Amino acid sequence: MLQDIPHGFYFILSGILFTIGAIGAITRRNAIVIFMCIELMLNAVNLAFITAGNALSSMDGAVFVFFIMTVAAVEAAVGLAIFITIFRLKGTINADEVNLLKG
Amino acid sequence: MDFSWFKWLMFIVAAALSIVGSLMMVTRRNAIHSALWMIATFIAIAVIYVMQNAQFIAIAQIMVYAGAIMMLILFVIMLVNLEKDSVPERKFSSRKFTGAVITIMLFFEILVIATAYQITGREAVYSASMLERTGNVRVMGSLLYGQYLFPFELASILLLIGIVGAVILAKRKKE
Repeated sequence: MLQDIPHGFYFILSGILFTIGAIGAITRRNAIVIFMCIELMLNAVNLAFITAGNALSSMDGAVFVFFIMTVAAVEAAVGLAIFITIFRLKGTINADEVNLLKG
Repeated sequence: MDFSWFKWLMFIVAAALSIVGSLMMVTRRNAIHSALWMIATFIAIAVIYVMQNAQFIAIAQIMVYAGAIMMLILFVIMLVNLEKDSVPERKFSSRKFTGAVITIMLFFEILVIATAYQITGREAVYSASMLERTGNVRVMGSLLYGQYLFPFELASILLLIGIVGAVILAKRKKE
């Protein structure tokens, strides 16, 4: 007879995913990969929300995740449109070469 | 019958797949490979949502993230990513190395907190057996159209603004 899975495990998994996403966002240069890393960090936060909501048998965590997903979808549409605009302007989306605001 | 071993098996498999998938996503040089590993990660996370009594969110995760957002990203990669971007992009940068080390230190803080943390607070009414009787989607719907009606409507306006903004940004200017 095994114990039920402790909630701390889910929180640790969420922390691991968030860290991987953060390291990717810092170290990668392709803007689209950076964007995917940010989506991964959002997902890690969603996992923490769902875990906390489930632990307190509340649905508010799931509702919050629903709104985060909405924002992430809007962010994806606008962000990718910005990438296309930058690509037209500069011919690249390498994050190190896009320095129009650098003065 | 005791099925808790199956829960553990599912958790270990899904957690391992999500960690491996995200690591591969960060390390692959080809952006298309990154996107495909990202889809695997999203599906693994959806499995974990199912285990946490959030079936509606799990389906929404697969439809919105693994379906819509990743399809958009794949389209943009194919539009934008020319093959010259696959030249080696590794150039050691001390700033980035420092950033990664600091992030790992922050991870250990998260680890300490996650192991020591006890969830406190009032228990709400939506226990697993109640969700089983009422249905997860029904509860989500009554919350979204009841207690959270105003944010829900605001989200629809946000989506509209997002659509308009994306079209205006991506439209080619006529000269």
